[in-house]
Amino acid sequence: MGKITNEELLKNINTKFEGQLTLVGEPFGLLTLETGREQIIDILTYLKTDLSLQFIYLTDITAIHYPEQEKPIGVIYHLHSLINNVRIRIKVFLPDGDFHIPTATTVWDGANWMERETYDYFGVIFDGHPDLRRILNVDDMTAFPMRKEFPLEDPNRVDKKDYFFGR
Amino acid sequence: MQNHPVYSDNDPQNELSTLNLGPTHPATHGVFQNVLQLDGERIVSGVSTIGYIHRAFEKIAEHRPFYQITPLTDRLNYCSSPINNMGWHMTVEKLLGIETPKRVDYLRIIVMELARISDHIICNGVLGVDTGAFTGFLYMMEYREAIYEIYEEVCGSRLTTNIGRIGGFERNFNAIAFSKLRKFLKEFPPVLKEFESLFNRNRIFVDRTKGVAEVTAEAALSYSWSGPLLRAAGVDYDVRAMNPYSSYEDFDFEVPVGENGDVYSRFLVRNEEMKQSLRLIEQALVKLEKEPTDIFHADVPEFYLPPKEEVYNNMEALIYHFKIVMGEVPTPATEVYHSVEGANGELGFYLVNDGGRAPYRLHFRRPSFINYQMYAPMSRGMLLSDAIINMSSLNVIAGELDA
Repeated sequence: MGKITNEELLKNINTKFEGQLTLVGEPFGLLTLETGREQIIDILTYLKTDLSLQFIYLTDITAIHYPEQEKPIGVIYHLHSLINNVRIRIKVFLPDGDFHIPTATTVWDGANWMERETYDYFGVIFDGHPDLRRILNVDDMTAFPMRKEFPLEDPNRVDKKDYFFGR
Repeated sequence: MQNHPVYSDNDPQNELSTLNLGPTHPATHGVFQNVLQLDGERIVSGVSTIGYIHRAFEKIAEHRPFYQITPLTDRLNYCSSPINNMGWHMTVEKLLGIETPKRVDYLRIIVMELARISDHIICNGVLGVDTGAFTGFLYMMEYREAIYEIYEEVCGSRLTTNIGRIGGFERNFNAIAFSKLRKFLKEFPPVLKEFESLFNRNRIFVDRTKGVAEVTAEAALSYSWSGPLLRAAGVDYDVRAMNPYSSYEDFDFEVPVGENGDVYSRFLVRNEEMKQSLRLIEQALVKLEKEPTDIFHADVPEFYLPPKEEVYNNMEALIYHFKIVMGEVPTPATEVYHSVEGANGELGFYLVNDGGRAPYRLHFRRPSFINYQMYAPMSRGMLLSDAIINMSSLNVIAGELDA
């Protein structure tokens, strides 16, 4: 596997950003950290530019919605260090009613459409994004369809109740 | 990118014309819309509009059990559905901790590499069509048909294959499948060679493609490009080599890398990849000879549907059948990211599971979506005819773009 272990990686980030990150876990060997939106761009820039880490490849930006949580929407970054062949996942949870986060387009050009998709699905507003419009859904749509409260099908239908199908 | 005069809107000499390239333009091979500002034949600026065939797969997936998500993945990159199917199965297997037997891995590699060949056949053939050479396309298309016939023997369908199940395959490969595969391996390499000799040193083709839409490695990485496009720009990132899955580590293959990331080097990289895929399939066939011939799935009765005869005659099989269909098998509540090397690049599945029957959240990292975002910026200053072949060489598949 990689030239750098998750422990070294965690130690490296923790010395630079003391106390600003919390370890979520290592599901299937992928180091997962959580941080706040204030320092996310600093962390991403550091991960990209630090010579021993070089997470130069932005694999993905997406989000997730947990309606019961105090901070319901989490933005999830997947980065990949091609030199060390290590991946890292960083989550930023946003408080209800204030889904603002600074844009990562300043770090990677490729973040542009990934953030537009996340905005389109979840309504996360990426501050400073050059062109934050809906990308897959129509422009005049008002809802954010990937939030959990948005129904998949017309809720008034009676012939297709989910409990008939065990779901 | 060449210099060109830029006119402002108030300029009385502003003679820019607007061109709606797409959404249903015969030159775009799919539902892509680009609103271009043209100065003569040169593109001044462009805006891409996507989402015409958005089908909300990620939302649908949150309401479906794992095994019913496979047909959704078919419809991402429908030119190489088996890679998507296998990627999804492997993601779920990673989540559930299922280890597949070696024979399953090798059979999967055969199917995935066939899919890669069929995808590259289309891309490179169409690139030839767009530069004015129809022959290569028709000649190669015959062999895509041969590949589809192999799929048909393996799973019964051709385009949206829904091939394989969680844990392995739904049925064993039959003798006809293997004989068709051997026939393909024998007949295709000379055709590929002829295809290359039609194009590689063809003056018209080289003039149309060489130096067109050059992309530096830095730009390609910054735009998160992957697959043949990134490799054509000179970065040897291939998921199969870097993070091997499905026993790719047992195989001997090379990762072809281009030099300057232009349309011509993408064409060369794809051709070379087809040869590597053929090599992989041949090695897989040799390795299969040492494996027991009757194994085609992992021994995971909780997740792999038992054969119908057993369901009717065997109590245990009936119970498992019921539990799988009604979704009563507990699954670990965790998250997993798994990626495979799709025909267009890194195809990733980010699956968050809460222990229920359907994923809590499933996100597809779709290479076409991520590769395509550079199209409008890179078209600036390009000739319209170059932009058309640039789009063909990006091999953007509308289904994968819009999910």
